Amino acid sequence: MAKVVLKMEDDISTDIIYPGRFMATVLPSETPQFTFADNLEFNRQLVEGKVLKGSAIVAGYNFGSGSSREQAASTLEGHGLIVVARSFARIFLQNSINLGLRTIACPEIEAEVGDELELTGDRVLNKTTGMSFEVEPLPAARQAIVDAGGLIPYARRLLVSEAK
Amino acid sequence: MGMTVVEKILARATGVESVKVGEVVEPEVDLAMSHENAALVINQFLQVYEGTDLDPHVWDPDRIAIILDHRVPAESAKTATNQKKIRAFVQDEGIGKFHDIRGDQGGICHQILPENGYVRPGAVVVGTDSHTTSHGALGSLAFGVGATEMAAVWALGRVLNVEVPGTIKVVVDGTFQEGVGPKDLILHLVGKLTAQGANFKVLEYHGEAIQSMSTSGRLVICNMAVEAGATSGIIPSDDETLRYLSDEAGVEEAIEWVLPDIDAEYDREIFIDVAELSPQIACPHRVDNVRPISEESGRKIDQIVIGSCTNGRLDDLETAARTLKGKRIASGVRMLVFPATWRIYREALRQGFLMDLVEAGATIMNPGCGCCLGIHQGALGDGEVALSTTNRNFKGRMGNPEAEVYLCSPAVAAASAITGEIVDPRAGGF
Repeated sequence: MAKVVLKMEDDISTDIIYPGRFMATVLPSETPQFTFADNLEFNRQLVEGKVLKGSAIVAGYNFGSGSSREQAASTLEGHGLIVVARSFARIFLQNSINLGLRTIACPEIEAEVGDELELTGDRVLNKTTGMSFEVEPLPAARQAIVDAGGLIPYARRLLVSEAK
Repeated sequence: MGMTVVEKILARATGVESVKVGEVVEPEVDLAMSHENAALVINQFLQVYEGTDLDPHVWDPDRIAIILDHRVPAESAKTATNQKKIRAFVQDEGIGKFHDIRGDQGGICHQILPENGYVRPGAVVVGTDSHTTSHGALGSLAFGVGATEMAAVWALGRVLNVEVPGTIKVVVDGTFQEGVGPKDLILHLVGKLTAQGANFKVLEYHGEAIQSMSTSGRLVICNMAVEAGATSGIIPSDDETLRYLSDEAGVEEAIEWVLPDIDAEYDREIFIDVAELSPQIACPHRVDNVRPISEESGRKIDQIVIGSCTNGRLDDLETAARTLKGKRIASGVRMLVFPATWRIYREALRQGFLMDLVEAGATIMNPGCGCCLGIHQGALGDGEVALSTTNRNFKGRMGNPEAEVYLCSPAVAAASAITGEIVDPRAGGF
């Protein structure tokens, strides 16, 4: 069960998720301190560990638009957050898959902060409202990276097999 | 079935006769570009090799470009240390296309690549920067990737799991009015498409307004293709492509054109006549919140910015200098000018543009990206308003979520610097 801890509109940019002025911080182990840094209240809850791992952000269309900064994916992944959005921007989606951030494209999703979501793979069930929504499956090629545990192990496997 | 430019490029780079939209391919990479985020790429690259008995070395040091441009010169010890780490890696791996913080070689990556002849029609270019789309101006397929994706490219020489994108054909006819240009066209197009209207698609530009557009202008409309969510923008190669490569980029070898087939299949077609186009303004806090200048005229401005990978080229500086020569920037307004590269800086110095701008009251900054994304100089104060030729106006973009950024062309920015408020450059007197 994933509790919705933040609800966001369409076109949330990576500048909102991880403001540019923190971009000198690059390592996935260090980026979680600056998640949504301009949303002081939510950032404080995250940094103080008040948001349970496996909690969900629910967003509209085109989540993660804009800059290619990978910090936007690693900063969310570092808190164990799940993003359920109506759709995702291309580079952000790829970065999330590569880094193991769980992203769920759910074109009809309707949920409010506090709702409990059950994520079954092909559907999102909002237990609070009783409504159920279809999930857009990842293309097989992307799913293969998720299944491998991210792009680093996936690329490592290819590298080793091709070196033989 | 015919192919679009992108389908042809991906077919060649994958070694097959043809590809179809949605098919997954692993194209070989001709050029892999990074900037300061190479520090993260290096970290991820070394992790790919962890636990193997292989020595970590990049697949081809000649096909990697690294340009220091985001925070130059370093604003903090942390950045300076990242840049130091990058220099050491460049040295160890023998990466040739490295541009350091120097007046004889430096600048913003998206201008360094074209002006040094690193990009060719038909090439596959990836960059750890979303505005890598710029390089479609020279007929390449150029798209942004994250740092971990780039680490895999450095290791394997190809991009993994690329879905062949669909193509939107954008046909642009007519002749621009005086004071209207490529920046107004792309702002208008982003407004029309919306920020997600071209997600996972490529914009392929056609029409007489594109044919008569210089490479400088083409770089603008490909640069901001990503603001509509596009994977890339692309211009089928033509005489102007060849002229730019041989005359401005010093490319001597023969260039192969990559053109779409007549029966190529497009997702949709968009027609624009620029004869009717007025100067366009993207209003806070969205790039697709685009309005004709008549709706925004009179808005007071605190800071004018001319520069960046979008509009920091010689013709942009010339437009600004011609407008401001012998005039004064309005009192209380500060104007920052960032030439895109040091080569442009030097030429603007030679031609007297920088002198005209400084005498009018502008501050000339060194080439770099910092101001555009609020990470290095030029930050805005609470409640301040900037009018900028850069490419994004997201909340917080210029370093302050309590400020506002409006986007426009160099002609609008320069004219507005004189009045201190947004003004139509066609109004005369500029």
